[in-house]
Amino acid sequence: MTNLPTSSSITLQINGAAHYLELDNRTTLLDALREQLDLTGAKKGCDHGQCGACTVLLDGRRANACLLLAVAVADRQITTIEGLANDQQLHPMQQAFIAHDGLQCGYCTPGQICSAIGMLAEARAGWPSAVTAPAAGSAAPTDPLVTDPLLPDDEIRERMSGNLCRCGAYVNIVAAISEVATA
Amino acid sequence: MKQFGYARAESVEQALNTLTSTSSARYLGGGTNLIDLMKLGVLSPDLLVDVRALPLDQITEQPDGSVRIGAAVTNSDLAVDPLIRQRFPAVSQAVLAGASGQLRNVATVGGNLMQQTRCSYFMDVSKPCNRRAPGTGCPARTGEHHNHAILGASEHCIATSPSDLAVPLAAFDAQLVLHGSDGESTVPISEFYRLPGDQPDQLTTVADGTLVVGVLLPASDLAGRSRYRKVRERASYAFAIGSVAAAISVTDGVIGDARLAWGAVAAVPWRARLAERALIGQPASTASFRAAAQAELAHAEPLTGNSYKVELLSNLTVEVLTELVEASA
Repeated sequence: MTNLPTSSSITLQINGAAHYLELDNRTTLLDALREQLDLTGAKKGCDHGQCGACTVLLDGRRANACLLLAVAVADRQITTIEGLANDQQLHPMQQAFIAHDGLQCGYCTPGQICSAIGMLAEARAGWPSAVTAPAAGSAAPTDPLVTDPLLPDDEIRERMSGNLCRCGAYVNIVAAISEVATA
Repeated sequence: MKQFGYARAESVEQALNTLTSTSSARYLGGGTNLIDLMKLGVLSPDLLVDVRALPLDQITEQPDGSVRIGAAVTNSDLAVDPLIRQRFPAVSQAVLAGASGQLRNVATVGGNLMQQTRCSYFMDVSKPCNRRAPGTGCPARTGEHHNHAILGASEHCIATSPSDLAVPLAAFDAQLVLHGSDGESTVPISEFYRLPGDQPDQLTTVADGTLVVGVLLPASDLAGRSRYRKVRERASYAFAIGSVAAAISVTDGVIGDARLAWGAVAAVPWRARLAERALIGQPASTASFRAAAQAELAHAEPLTGNSYKVELLSNLTVEVLTELVEASA
C-alpha cells in the first residue's frame, strides 16, 4: 500500500479565477465544480463520458469534466458555461441557442454550448472529421472550412456526436451552431 | 471508488520508480478509460502516477524516414497532424472514427493502446469474467456476445480489442517504444498484445510497470495511400463491430503488395497476413479480394451471436480494397 496521501491541496483555474481546494483525489473536475464551487452549469448526466452534458473547455479544448480528476487538471485553464458571457452580453453561441430554440428541457444545453464553441475552434484550425471527404486523388481528408466555409450540417452532426439530447432538439441545435459557424 | 494516492511524474525514470513502489499502481494518461473503470470498480489502484505532462507529446520524423509519435500525444493532435495525414492517412482516419471530440482531446496515444476491452461482462463487477477476475469463468460464450471475437479467442475469453488506432498500426508494422527497468526498448505491435489463451487478464507481453513512451511507424510508400473503414451500429460515436485498415499497390492490373488489418474481430488488432499473401501476384479484381478475405476467414470460429462478422469483414475488405484501387487508377 502506498503511503502517499489520498487527498491533495490544489488550485483550480476556473473562468479566470483561482480557487484553492482541499480535495479527495477521487474528486472529478465535475464534482469539484458542482459540489465545492457551486458552479452547477456543467451537468452530471451519465458520469461516464457518454452523454457530453458535463462538457467544459480545458485550455480552450472541449473535454468531459466527469472523466477528469480535479487533481490532474490543477493549474490548467478551465472554462465553464458560467464563464462564457461577457458581463451582461451573452456569448454568440448562447444567443444563437436562444434564437433557434436549440433546447427543450435544457439539461444538455451547457454541455452542447461549450462543446459547440470548442468544435468551431477545431474546425477553424483546419481539423478534419470522420465525414470530411478525402481530397481528390488522395486518401487524406481536406479541411472542411477551406473547401466549404459554411461547415455543412453533416460535419456539425458528426463533430457534435459526443453530446446527446434526450429531448431530440438536434434540428435546432444544428441550426444554432450553423449560424455561429457562418457568422 | 477506493481511495488512492496521486503523483505527477517529472520524468520517465521517476514515473517508473514511483509506480514500482506499490503493487497496484497504474499510470494515468488522459484517464478516459481508466477513470471510468475505477468508477465501475473494475480497477482499484492504490496509486495513480500521472504521466500526461511528461515530454512525450511530439510527433517527429526520424532520420531513417520513420515517424515517432510520443505516448502523451492526444488522439486529436495525432489525427490532425499534417505528417500523419500525409504519410499514414489510415491512422488519422482510424482516430477520427473513434470516440467523440471531447474524448479525443483528452485521450492519449499510450492510453489508447493500453485501454481495456468494452466486453459488458468485463465492465460489470457483479458478473464472472476471466479477464477481470481470473478463474471465475466467461459468461459471454453462451451469453451476450454479438460484438465479440471470431478470431484468436479461447475458451477462457472471447473479448475484442476496442482500439481503432491499433488497427492501422498493426497494418503498417508499428513498433511500440517501451521504457522499463532495463531502459528503453522497442517491440513490434504484433508481439506486444497477447491473445487470451488461458491468461486473458494479461493484456500485453511486457512486464508490469513498463511504460509505453511512444510509437514508431516505419517509412512506407504503401501507407501513404491507405484507408481505414469502420462499421458500427450508429453513424458516430460507437465502437466498431468490424473495421479494416488497408493499403495496396497494383502494377499493370496485378497486385504487387498489400497491407491488411482488421479491428473488432479479436483480442488484438488482427493483421490479416493470410489474406495479404493471397493477394500478392493476383489480378486486382473483386474475385481476388473476396478470395483473400476468405483465406483469412477460413480460420474464424464464429458463435451464434457474432457469425454476421464473417460476411461483414469479407464485404468490408472487398469494398476498401476496391476503393483503394479505384482511387489510384
